[in-house]
Amino acid sequence: MFNQPGRAICLLVVVALAILFPPLMQWGGNEYFIGIASRMLIYGIAATSLNFILGYGGMVSFGHAAFLGVGAYTAAILVESGWSSALIVWPLAMLLAAAIALLIALVSLRTTGVYFIMITLAFAQMLYYIAVSMNAYGGEEGLNIPRVTIPGLDLESDTQLYYVAFVLVCSVIYLLHRVINSRFGRVLTAISENEARMQALGYKTMHFKLVAFVLAGAVAGIAGALLATQNSFVNPSIMHWTSSGLLLFMVILGGVGNKYGGLIGAIVFLGLEDFAVNIRIDWLADLYPNYSQHSLLLVGLVLLTVVMFAPHGIAGLFSKGGRRVSH
Amino acid sequence: MRKLRLALACLAFTSACSPAVGEEVVKIGYASTLSGPTAAIGGDIKDGFDLFLKMKDGQLGNLKAEVIVTDNGLKVDAEKQNINRLLKREKVDFLTGGVFGAMYMPVLPEILGSETFYLAPNSGLKDYAGAKCSPYLFTVGFQNEDHSPGMAKYMNDSNFESIYLVAAAGPGGREVLDGFKRHYKGAYEEMFTKLGQVDYAAEIATIRAASPDAIFTFLPGGMGINFMKQYVGAGLNKDIPVYMPGYNADEDSLRSLEDVLLGTLNTSHWGHDLDNPANKYFVDAFKTEYGRIPSMYAAQGYDVAQLIDSAVRAVNGNLSDKAAVRKALEAADFESVRGYFQFNKNHMPIHDIYMREVFTNDAGVVTNRTIAKVVEKQQDPFVNECKMPD
Amino acid sequence: MTVTLILEQALNGLQFGLMLFLLAAGLTLVFGIMGMINLAHGSLYMLGAFIAATIASLSGSFWLAIGLSVLITAAVGMVLEMSLLRALYTRDHLSQVLATFALVLIINEVVRLVWGTDASLFPPQSLAGPVELYSGLSYSAYRLAIIVLGLVVACGLYLLIAKTRFGMRLRAGASNRTMAHMMGGDVSRLFTLVFGLGAGLAALAGAALGPILAVQVGMGESILILTFVVIVIGGIGSIRGALIGAILVGMVDTMGRVFIPMFLRLTMPSNYASDLGPALASIVIYVLMAAVLYWRPQGLFPARSG
Repeated sequence: MFNQPGRAICLLVVVALAILFPPLMQWGGNEYFIGIASRMLIYGIAATSLNFILGYGGMVSFGHAAFLGVGAYTAAILVESGWSSALIVWPLAMLLAAAIALLIALVSLRTTGVYFIMITLAFAQMLYYIAVSMNAYGGEEGLNIPRVTIPGLDLESDTQLYYVAFVLVCSVIYLLHRVINSRFGRVLTAISENEARMQALGYKTMHFKLVAFVLAGAVAGIAGALLATQNSFVNPSIMHWTSSGLLLFMVILGGVGNKYGGLIGAIVFLGLEDFAVNIRIDWLADLYPNYSQHSLLLVGLVLLTVVMFAPHGIAGLFSKGGRRVSH
Repeated sequence: MRKLRLALACLAFTSACSPAVGEEVVKIGYASTLSGPTAAIGGDIKDGFDLFLKMKDGQLGNLKAEVIVTDNGLKVDAEKQNINRLLKREKVDFLTGGVFGAMYMPVLPEILGSETFYLAPNSGLKDYAGAKCSPYLFTVGFQNEDHSPGMAKYMNDSNFESIYLVAAAGPGGREVLDGFKRHYKGAYEEMFTKLGQVDYAAEIATIRAASPDAIFTFLPGGMGINFMKQYVGAGLNKDIPVYMPGYNADEDSLRSLEDVLLGTLNTSHWGHDLDNPANKYFVDAFKTEYGRIPSMYAAQGYDVAQLIDSAVRAVNGNLSDKAAVRKALEAADFESVRGYFQFNKNHMPIHDIYMREVFTNDAGVVTNRTIAKVVEKQQDPFVNECKMPD
Repeated sequence: MTVTLILEQALNGLQFGLMLFLLAAGLTLVFGIMGMINLAHGSLYMLGAFIAATIASLSGSFWLAIGLSVLITAAVGMVLEMSLLRALYTRDHLSQVLATFALVLIINEVVRLVWGTDASLFPPQSLAGPVELYSGLSYSAYRLAIIVLGLVVACGLYLLIAKTRFGMRLRAGASNRTMAHMMGGDVSRLFTLVFGLGAGLAALAGAALGPILAVQVGMGESILILTFVVIVIGGIGSIRGALIGAILVGMVDTMGRVFIPMFLRLTMPSNYASDLGPALASIVIYVLMAAVLYWRPQGLFPARSG
């Protein structure tokens, strides 16, 4: 639909708007929205990592939120123990998430189809219950933690955190772009379309899927660590299976198999959620004074509509691309 | 296209949040637990709060009250988001509504850090009664350890060989049991259940196997109702009597449990038959408005509204002078339905504790009657750890 | 640790397992025959409980409430199937998961709008008391009734599947979907009936468990996960697998919750035990499922032959 220069201009304008967003909000007295926007970017990172294994790797993981949780709790535990520098905390969060992803993948990738979905779900639940049992770190109530520090920056400021998140999400999308267009990425995509054929051609398909899964887990891990710092709080519900479901929703909403799908989905979903809770519609308020507490109804309706009528998501509406997810 | 979308989103945000200009308003964030097995407690507190507002035509002090209500559904992360919105977007003057310490403890640092007044309508936490006391935190309900000593002393005199303590997990449960253990001299075992748990088959089996002489429970709201029904269903109530602080024996529970608790004793800082004019007025108004006898939770909600009213009036609506608002709150210059009520140095209540018994009144309704005052002007044990700044 | 405790927990486990079976039977049939993952199955369970609560409070009769609730929910299920879910049979699993997940959100909110967040359902007075099994163990009459109900339904389902024409078509459909199509007959009507049957069973479980667990919005999600674990362990499409799997899961989960922490308290320092105990008890079911998937990915009693 867009030609190359058209696309580039579009991108440039979006990036410019994103960079100008915080000062715009501050000027209007709406600092609250900078925090909301940061959350969108952070979930964008997580959703992009899921889109990688789902849209390009064909792996329907219903436990991806577990890696968010591992990253978040690693960050929380390190900060609680005194290490406050993000330069230490974030790489470690990534590493641990990658390690757990490896363990889970080794077992789960032996299954396919619905069994793969169920087993990833099972592992996520296990991690959830372990987090609930860690009373030293808040148990079910969760734990308040101070934000991490980056030398030269003050992450206590919502604006600075926003820019850090923005840089990270751009990097992640760029990384995805490079990986997808590399030989590894092309093999992975081919595997998702016809694994038997690739095996017959001599590729060790399990290895490719494993690496992809671990990579996605690591990126989700850093999203988790970012989330822990943005909220100044961790809580087991980050990794509940319903969280994984919402991540899948973001990916499908934004566009499976589209580079920007994860980020678009995260922005639209979280925006929808916040919008639905806060918008004051007077005639609706007269009928149902508590209607703002039913925002999930809107979410559910939108999700259903997207799945039934626009399975390629928002990005799919605007480009011919978008990949079909097999099985 | 993404740019258009982003632009539209920006427009929507900025338009949806233009501040209301007009008459003077006191904004109150009411962040509570209004759903789930314990919904009745939150509902009762709110009914008491709303009753006072209604009696004053929606005004507190000389300002119109704007109350923004959120429900956390017993989920801490939902509460975090609600509080974030109330503080940063709505910019409320007062925050209240927290039913369980487990729900509001994680959000207190953020609230107090933003220098917003939090009026805890129900339980008060020991950390914040002691070292973490804050000029911005006031507990109107009770401190968690308030009700246990009276019951513990009573049970001491009953000479039980061994008892079992059952409490819902969380700071509330821990602290209620701590207060009990501080004063109970006999042997005991304890177990914690999940907050919001409703099936107690496993706990009942364990109690049966341990065969204690009595049990002391802290299971407020729907949790206690389910537990007692299953306890009776398992046949244990005949052999192992149940004692409790007022939470699971108040009007909301009694409505569901009816005969099950007849004859049992409980301790509380309030009874609907307390003989003071403010209470009589409140109970009558509540019965007229809602058609039922109020619970202690409703009484607390009513007192919170009274407190805000008195403070706003004392500063003449000038809420930006936080030091003055604090002084006004500390004065607690209102007629509490409890009778005697003052804030201690650590902003926890000083009030009397009564022993109540469940009986059937003349109208055939199962309810509480106050039989004795067991502690006069109860103070919490943590007040001396509080170094309240001036 | 006494015999009484073990027996009582075994009964609790059996009771829970049989209710899981009611849910699993419906879910496994829908999955096995129509090839559809239905996350909204838990919502049908919830609807059954809420509808029963309303009918019970209006009519005062628990039995009427259960009976009517089953019928109404079965009807709701069939309407859902005919209008919406039918379109998902040919879609990929991800779409099914997400579409039914969306349904869960919608149904939750609709229930919240109509009923509020909770409802009360109490066991009938006749069953509210204890039954003395032997001196030293009085068990709740209501829980015993649930066990009896579960066993009766299991027998009934067995008769339905093994001895009726409808059952034969069910078995054919579960074991080989394409063949079942080709054998003719009105396939879409069969599907609708199967879905209705599943919905009715779910409602029965919801209404039966309502007095013990809370009737509240979201009650479906927590039990849905366990139900999926059951059918994966038991084998998709197999009623027998659902029964064995459900009792296995019910027993392991219930007894694990009491005995694992107890065992840990004996063997390690108490502050570790009190953290580790409940965690292990919660995850033991998932470990079981992962193990079954690893060694026997088709489940213990697979129905599929092709």
